[in-house]
Amino acid sequence: MNRLLGILLMVALLYGVLIASDERARELGTQETIAARVGFYGVLTVGVGVLIISGGIDLSIGSVIGLTAVLFGMMLESQVSPWLAMLAVLLLSAGIGLLHGVLVTGLRLQPFLVTLCGLFIYRGLARWANSSAVGLGVGAPPEFREQVDWFRNLLVGSPLGIPQQLVLLLVIALIVGLFLHGTRYGRYLFAIGANEEAARYAGISTERYKILAYILCSLLAGLGGVLTILESRSVNATNAGSLLELYAITGAVLGGCSLRGGEGSVAGMLLGTAVLPLLRQLCSFNEISNELEYAVIGLALLLGTIADEILKRRAARRG
Amino acid sequence: MSSRVLLEVCGISKHFPGVQALSEVSLHVCVGEVLAVVGENGAGKSTLMKVVAGVHRPDAGELRLDGQPIRLNGVGDALDRGIVLIHQELNLAENLSIAANLFLGRERVVGGWLGWLDGSSMDRQARELLDRVGLMESPRRIVGELSVGQRQLVEIARALSLKARLIIMDEPTSSLTQRETDRLYEVIDGLRAAGVAVLYISHRLAEVKRVADRVTVLRDGRNAGELSREQIDHDTLVRLMVGRDLKQLYPRQHTAKAEAPIRLTVREVRYANGPTSPVSFTLRGGEIVGMAGLVGAGRTELAEALFGLRSLTSGEVLLDGQAVQFRHPEQAIAAGLLLIPEDRRRHGLVLQEDVRSNLSLPNLAQLSGLFGWVRRGHESALCRDLMSRLRVKASSPRQIVGQLSGGNQQKVVVGKWLARRPRVLIFDEPTRGVDVGARSEIYALMDELAGQGVAILMISSDMEEVLGMSDRVLVLHEGRLAGELSRDQLGEEAIMHLATGGSFSEQVASAASAILQGFKRVPPGENSQE
Repeated sequence: MNRLLGILLMVALLYGVLIASDERARELGTQETIAARVGFYGVLTVGVGVLIISGGIDLSIGSVIGLTAVLFGMMLESQVSPWLAMLAVLLLSAGIGLLHGVLVTGLRLQPFLVTLCGLFIYRGLARWANSSAVGLGVGAPPEFREQVDWFRNLLVGSPLGIPQQLVLLLVIALIVGLFLHGTRYGRYLFAIGANEEAARYAGISTERYKILAYILCSLLAGLGGVLTILESRSVNATNAGSLLELYAITGAVLGGCSLRGGEGSVAGMLLGTAVLPLLRQLCSFNEISNELEYAVIGLALLLGTIADEILKRRAARRG
Repeated sequence: MSSRVLLEVCGISKHFPGVQALSEVSLHVCVGEVLAVVGENGAGKSTLMKVVAGVHRPDAGELRLDGQPIRLNGVGDALDRGIVLIHQELNLAENLSIAANLFLGRERVVGGWLGWLDGSSMDRQARELLDRVGLMESPRRIVGELSVGQRQLVEIARALSLKARLIIMDEPTSSLTQRETDRLYEVIDGLRAAGVAVLYISHRLAEVKRVADRVTVLRDGRNAGELSREQIDHDTLVRLMVGRDLKQLYPRQHTAKAEAPIRLTVREVRYANGPTSPVSFTLRGGEIVGMAGLVGAGRTELAEALFGLRSLTSGEVLLDGQAVQFRHPEQAIAAGLLLIPEDRRRHGLVLQEDVRSNLSLPNLAQLSGLFGWVRRGHESALCRDLMSRLRVKASSPRQIVGQLSGGNQQKVVVGKWLARRPRVLIFDEPTRGVDVGARSEIYALMDELAGQGVAILMISSDMEEVLGMSDRVLVLHEGRLAGELSRDQLGEEAIMHLATGGSFSEQVASAASAILQGFKRVPPGENSQE
């Protein structure tokens, strides 16, 4: 609980500074940009957050995004219905998650290694599939383009007045939150992350639930791929989605997911995921050069980690 | 032995979250004296030793060395004053040589600032130190290749090289062979002669008798008494440690009826990576069957195989007459065959979660409805019920399990299964690390469950426990069932004879008699005559 308050304070502080520091930050357009960013990162963060709680990790998120974005675009170029195309890439990403899960549980490979290999493999496949930029069915007949535009508006527009990415995140967070904190399956994931052996001795099919967490993570990464290409209208296999796994993991860790497993909450992930977009916006308004942006993000994570550790020790001493 | 006091511990208290580990404990040890500190698990022995060695700082009280009050700010401080703690789990770098370990952090160097290691001088000095403890190994030997007993001697050699005046040994013989133990006793005699004081922590009474000049007994973190060498005898020690008569500890009221139906049949069972000879036995409802044997006899592995954690390679298991084959604990649990594992911190509990989550973990399927939604009300009710039934001492159901005492943790492990209507319960070392009070409660619970018709297999290395609780005892030796003893045949000599393979070689015989000296108890069948 303290942890949530701490991160809430941090987000509020960042937001306050942002609003106070620059007139442009108060414009609706900026608010929408931030909201869209939070929504997009949040989808990835929730996926990897659940996986981290179960004791796993996924470094391949960015590459899965790249691969699914490219494939989605290529299907649209061939005038496949966007719904069908989305279904196809979601199935593919779920399959990737399944593969990760089976390799980790069946062959007992280390999650870090399995997904690190995935990071290279999926990026390579994406580049092999298409070496140039992919758009949203640029050469297609107008009726199809209209259909794509409608689809685009549905997922990344603002038909309700706020960016759909944020709406999507809230829906996903609600579902995952109920799953994680309300059902026994969620309890099993926490137990597995904290002590897999004890969970197994308690009669839980630990393999099944771990695989489930990998599937969820990759599935949401696949959805992220669709969002990526819809948002930017055109992607490049070389860099689409790259480094996004680190953003997602950073959000989850800032939000209280311990990399040792067994700790975290969806509410925390939502708050944690808001930190990076706010920081980025602050950097751009305060003319901190683009080159320094990563350093600022790294520093924020480091400070968050240190503050958390200090709080934890103080709590332990009082306990 | 001179009577000059080397170290005095005066009214030390130490509090940890959830437990008062030490309350106003005092003791003293003289130059060249071996003081045994005995007590049950959880009596505070190890905490006290860590205070003396500078690991923990006491909340109250003081330490006096040579009559001068001292404050220890860490282990380094204690080392500087010649106080060396030899841990139960030895602290050696296994990848380095004996010599490198002996001089770790204090390497002899030549060449000034170059810091070139002077291997030959270290080897020479290591040789001298090893000779003093009688370890005939080359200083170049890698520590990882040594036996536990040999490593212990390396630790003592290191203590000597630190010019130790007081060496603290925490359960030093717990993983030693008889020969290594004898060797250790000789080394301790040598230390005594050289004027080094030794604090010797143990709960094995026989060895206390062998090595100690004096005994201080701790119970529940307090001084419970002190005995001179002449006063040391088993019954007195046990009474001081336990604070009551042993008879009260083992409350068997329900004894198994011979005509009770057979619950579990294990027939010619072999399991993966197990011994080649198969195991067969049966358990009747309402029976508590002890399974004795030396550590490493394959008892835990057999239990894991029955619980579905290891696959069976041959033979069959019948539960209430039905053939069963468990590939995962899930199936064993569903069938009512439950395991209380030996290592509760690793296998029995999720330490960082609270009591409620731990109690409900294997019962969530029963506590949840549509889509697996957990009914919090049901969960809390179950938890309250189990906590009061087992008398779990926790500040609330939300207290983190890792903060509870060993006994209360074990109650939570047992409690998890009570909601599952057990048919067969396997207790693997049910009271390891459990304080006396909680032990008797766990025994009472086992007795109660047996009275309800549950078949209980109790794996234990604690001979008193085996004798005090069992209707029947199975003895395992190297994975093979070496024998079975009925209630009237129960006797420590017989169990040890079987557990050691039935062949009394000289060494085995001395090991057996050493252990047996500690257990001059009357088997439970004869309790009524006392």
